[in-house]
Amino acid sequence: MNEPQYGWWLPPDVSVNGADIDFMIIAIHWFMLVLFIFWGGFIAYCLVRFRERPGHSATYQLIEAKWNRWLEIGVAVAETVVLVAFAVPVWATIKNDLPDPKQDPTVIRVVAEQFKWLFHYPGKDGTFGRTAPEFYADDNPAGLDDDDEAGWDDITVRGLRFPVGKPVLARLTSKDAIHSFKLPVMRVTQDVVPGMEIAIWFEAKETGQFQVACAQLCGLGHYEMKADLIIQSPEDFQKWLDEEHDALGLDE
Amino acid sequence: MSDTHDELGFWRTYVFSTDHKTIGIQYGITALVFLFFGFSLMMMMRWQLAYPGEAIPIIGGLLGESSVDKGAMLPNFYNQLGAMHGTIMVFMGIVPLAVGAFGNFVVPLQIGAVDMAFPRLNMMSYQAFVIGGIVMLSSFFLPGGAASSGWTSYAPLSITATTGQTFWLIGMIFLIASSLLGALNFIVTILHLRAPGLTFFRLPFFVWSQLVTAFLLLLAFPPLQAAAVFQLMDRLAGTSFFLPSGLVVGGEPLAAVGGGSPLLWQHLFWFLAHPEVYVLILPGMGIVAEVIANNTRKPLWGYRPMVYSLLFLGFLSFGVWAHHMYMTGMGTTMSTFFQITTMIISIPSVIILTCLAISLWGGAIRFTVPMLFALAFLPMFGIGGLTGLPLGLAAPDAHFHDTYYVIGHFHYVVAPGTIFAMFAGIYYWYPKATGRALNVTLGKLHFWLSLIFMNGVFMPMMFEGMAGVSRRLFDPTIYEHGAAVHGLTMMTSWSAWCLALAQIPFIINFFMSMRKKERAQENPWQATTLEWATPTPPPHGNFTEPPVVYCGPYEYSVPGAPNDFTPQHVKRES
Repeated sequence: MNEPQYGWWLPPDVSVNGADIDFMIIAIHWFMLVLFIFWGGFIAYCLVRFRERPGHSATYQLIEAKWNRWLEIGVAVAETVVLVAFAVPVWATIKNDLPDPKQDPTVIRVVAEQFKWLFHYPGKDGTFGRTAPEFYADDNPAGLDDDDEAGWDDITVRGLRFPVGKPVLARLTSKDAIHSFKLPVMRVTQDVVPGMEIAIWFEAKETGQFQVACAQLCGLGHYEMKADLIIQSPEDFQKWLDEEHDALGLDE
Repeated sequence: MSDTHDELGFWRTYVFSTDHKTIGIQYGITALVFLFFGFSLMMMMRWQLAYPGEAIPIIGGLLGESSVDKGAMLPNFYNQLGAMHGTIMVFMGIVPLAVGAFGNFVVPLQIGAVDMAFPRLNMMSYQAFVIGGIVMLSSFFLPGGAASSGWTSYAPLSITATTGQTFWLIGMIFLIASSLLGALNFIVTILHLRAPGLTFFRLPFFVWSQLVTAFLLLLAFPPLQAAAVFQLMDRLAGTSFFLPSGLVVGGEPLAAVGGGSPLLWQHLFWFLAHPEVYVLILPGMGIVAEVIANNTRKPLWGYRPMVYSLLFLGFLSFGVWAHHMYMTGMGTTMSTFFQITTMIISIPSVIILTCLAISLWGGAIRFTVPMLFALAFLPMFGIGGLTGLPLGLAAPDAHFHDTYYVIGHFHYVVAPGTIFAMFAGIYYWYPKATGRALNVTLGKLHFWLSLIFMNGVFMPMMFEGMAGVSRRLFDPTIYEHGAAVHGLTMMTSWSAWCLALAQIPFIINFFMSMRKKERAQENPWQATTLEWATPTPPPHGNFTEPPVVYCGPYEYSVPGAPNDFTPQHVKRES
């Protein structure tokens, strides 16, 4: 695992969708820079050429400029291209292409509360136990129903792990306030709204150790609501799952 | 209305005045005080961000135990400061300054009216503003302190918050009532009290901007007023407008009926708060247009397209609010709609900015202090507008949402944007309001220092946002990507403190100039619009004789005219 490099620009990107987002960000910033230099240059030129000085006076007659129309049309065209060719399709992929069971996604239930994250894996049987708000307790942070056998092998941890090269289907819910599930290196942000379960997907293309952040003010401990994010090879991830399963002590 | 108001006592003249100019100045002074107070809150936060966990120098020892621990800020206090900074700057600073102060003082003068249409209503809106402000500020002294759920007050966090939030809501109800009364007054005044000959297309651009702003306030604030009452009932009366079922707060099930929606609050809030963005910027654009026309000594280029753009901005600003909510999980049909409207709304802003830039062509540009601020507005607002592009698209927003990039973006619009426009307005109309001229050297010092440090504050935020650092973090260095940009954080903090020092020349200038013996001329800028046709300072009732308008607002350098400016009320020999 390499140490991730953080600096004064975009953080590292280890997700399959990140490249599209980063491309849009960079392209739009070039567009902004060109427009700004053009505008700024024009204004600076005017300030020098038309400064008040002896022997120079203003002209009442307004110039017949047509280029401003081209500028405005140009901006409109550029925005349309960005919108139609990139923004809408990229976002549709990110939001709508939730993995189906055939793709064998890693399914994780994410429970946010003031001020920690909980990651809930379905365990060996691949099925989550029944959960409901009335079961939330200190020793049952995922709110599992003890009577449901499907939940007995479920794994709940405070750090997020998933394997590389395979889609992750995350189902987000919150106990108390609105939180926001942010994975900077995956270019993922999703508000976690109490009373709703929101499904999102993402996929890593590299392994590494990173951080999960909360990006929505959720109270006085909001700033320390972080968690580890560990992206592993499928073998390492399976090994970790097995260890966690053994730690449950179900076979005794 | 006759001129028989002369014999009024002190209280009716200065405190309970119905004169639009006095009310405008009252609004202006109050709003400037609130602005500086809101800025001071931020300067304390900047200390915590630059030197996390270290005792705040000087004031650290003065704050209560619930706010600081051995002089070092506590997270709860940081959140209060953040929420109140936003609230104060937007609702108690910029809006009262841009609309209450400049609108009140300038609009009746520019349209040749003796006063606002409803002078008593005008006084009442100022009083409601003061009451709202006092309620807001007093909340700092409550047990648990002021509101701490952000200026957006997202439910359910705000509903389970301390009493400060109740005060915030009551304060907002007064502030909104104040804006609604003011907005009604402006609309009626501009529609009905224009001088003979002052047709709509002879209105100064500033009056147009105030008219559109008033409509935005009138139509956008009532939903928030309703939402504030709903939230108040959720807090006090046990309703659940914004509370879903099954909440478990701090390990305990919340005793509430449930069944409400937290997202409903966001929709109601942003349905106000996006038009509100245009409320913050349009009066600024209006001032900049006035100052540019006056100091280029030629008519504005593209006056009509600018007016149409303004109207279009006003209409469309009601159709973009959910671009603040892409990350709440809304479906792609919705987000596509709001991405399209957001891209469309950028076009009229581009048109207005381009028209103002082309207006410089062919002028004889005077670099007066108001003109310096107005010129700086163009690139600064330009940066603010351009950085809105990636935020208006959902996919890049997935990276930028709620990061410092957002903070940098809207502060470029409102701080070096609107606030520079407000300074331009203060330097421009001060001689009319007080009868004294401001010192030019101090003004230029104020301008250049403010320009440098404004950028020193907000440019680093763009890069912090690029790095993915979230806003509203008590200590961003807790994250790896936050620690990596700590140098930028330091730069912002030091720039903010220097920016405060840069306001000293302004404050000295503002008060010392009033005491000058030498009186300002009636029309020191040789301007064309009607406010300069009054005596200086204008008496109660404004004009010595009712003005009649003969031409458009910016008749500068007319060929064959005796001067390089032809005032609107002067009949031209043809």
